[in-house]
Amino acid sequence: MNGFIHQVIAGIATGGIYASVALALVMIYQATHHVNFAQGEMATFSTYIALTLVQAGLPFWVAFFATVGVSFCLGVLIERVLMRPMAHATVLTHVGLFIGLVLVVSNLTGWVFDYTVKPFPTPFHDGPLLGGLVTGHELGSTAVTLVVLGLVYVFFRYTRLGLAMRAAAYNPASARLVGVRVGWMLALGWGLAAGIGAIAGIMVAPVVFLEPNMMLGILLYAFAGALLGGIDNPGGAVVGGFAVGVIENLGGTYIVGTELKLTMALVIIIGVLLVKPAGLFGRVVLSRV
Amino acid sequence: MLLEVKGLKAGYGPSWVLHGIDLAVAEGGVTALLGANGAGKTTTLRAICGMIRTEGEILLAGKRLNGLATENIVRQGVAHVPDGRGTFMELTVEENMRLGAITRHDRDVAADFERMFELFPRLKQRFRQQAGTLSGGEQQMLAIARALLLRPRLLLMDEPSFGLAPLIVQEIFDIMRRVQREQRVAILLVEQNANLALEIADTAFLLETGRIVVSGTAAEIRQDESIRRSYLGY
Repeated sequence: MNGFIHQVIAGIATGGIYASVALALVMIYQATHHVNFAQGEMATFSTYIALTLVQAGLPFWVAFFATVGVSFCLGVLIERVLMRPMAHATVLTHVGLFIGLVLVVSNLTGWVFDYTVKPFPTPFHDGPLLGGLVTGHELGSTAVTLVVLGLVYVFFRYTRLGLAMRAAAYNPASARLVGVRVGWMLALGWGLAAGIGAIAGIMVAPVVFLEPNMMLGILLYAFAGALLGGIDNPGGAVVGGFAVGVIENLGGTYIVGTELKLTMALVIIIGVLLVKPAGLFGRVVLSRV
Repeated sequence: MLLEVKGLKAGYGPSWVLHGIDLAVAEGGVTALLGANGAGKTTTLRAICGMIRTEGEILLAGKRLNGLATENIVRQGVAHVPDGRGTFMELTVEENMRLGAITRHDRDVAADFERMFELFPRLKQRFRQQAGTLSGGEQQMLAIARALLLRPRLLLMDEPSFGLAPLIVQEIFDIMRRVQREQRVAILLVEQNANLALEIADTAFLLETGRIVVSGTAAEIRQDESIRRSYLGY
């Protein structure tokens, strides 16, 4: 029984990472109707920045916030330089662009920071707590994730800027007509998504170790979570991310074994698309023809 | 003149829908832009807001608007109640109204909210409701409230009567008349229902296939039987 509870808690901890990345995916999807496949690689790159800063002697949390800030700026930059000129391009152009971005960022990461697997420090108590039910890092990273998700919620729900960003995503033409600078809202969305991705990367790196492809599997789980919850519903994506974390952990422990864990993400993706394409909390879009 | 349009051409693709029109809206007055379906009324409003390709001159109080991005034109004090009402369906009535005032940083926003509730009591009842659940008439009221919350100098209205029951239309037009008197906002009103528009307008322009064919005071146009018969159909 203790083992089971531990697996659920560990699942919630990794689920929090998936939830963050799923949220980043959904934020960009809502605004552009494209899935940013490079979200994971961008997060990995950010995590390397954090490691570099920590190794340079900065306190962990200073490095953490500096990395989030830099990642935010890089996200804005990517939108302004790469995405903006493609705003009216076809879906396939975007897919090509995102795949290109995956390759470029991933190789850039390897080239700048080299390809060897590196350990990453955790700022939390490194060991079991509560009689072995949970590790300090699991508890800490879940707390950080919940704080981030809470802040994102408050930002979008209660601030002027958050409202403007939602308006720009839902109805860009009307948003312009009330004076919202829609182009900048998109860039801000990319910045926020990159910042959230960076936090997810930093929180997961102590568990999976840092290497240029660190986020590849995580992006798949996050994508499964986003689909499960509804790719157009931020709250749903967060719930989906947590659910996928728990399902993955329990399934890996009791059903398929750790080697086949990743296939569970694919099973979830295909299952959702077959049974409930809009996801659990997604909006069903009907159109008359 | 608050708004002056000179030799305006506008269109969506390679060809023009408007072939060089001249138009003026006086400070604090109601100007009606009339015409049949497809004459270019909506296109004219979209051109003024910088939503489509234009040529010619659009001046707001002498300042050139064309070439500016839509959001910057809006920030000059041009509010637009668009074709189809432009409701943010997923957001609440409150959020829709807050968006109307999103460019404002003055302290009178709360008072203006109260004023909108006084004009449109139904919006107060529906304040926390998702805007997509409102009826057509309520959405039209919301669109007008959203536009007025910008505290515009010029209000562009695209067929506020479209698809609404006559009683609701009467209610909305009464409110518009009141707002126009109290707030001294200039209105450029696009309508297919010419009779209704000429009742509240001071001046009117008549569009036919992208050209202004008649202009004059609302009274003149109402009394001119040949214009009524050939263009307005009543």
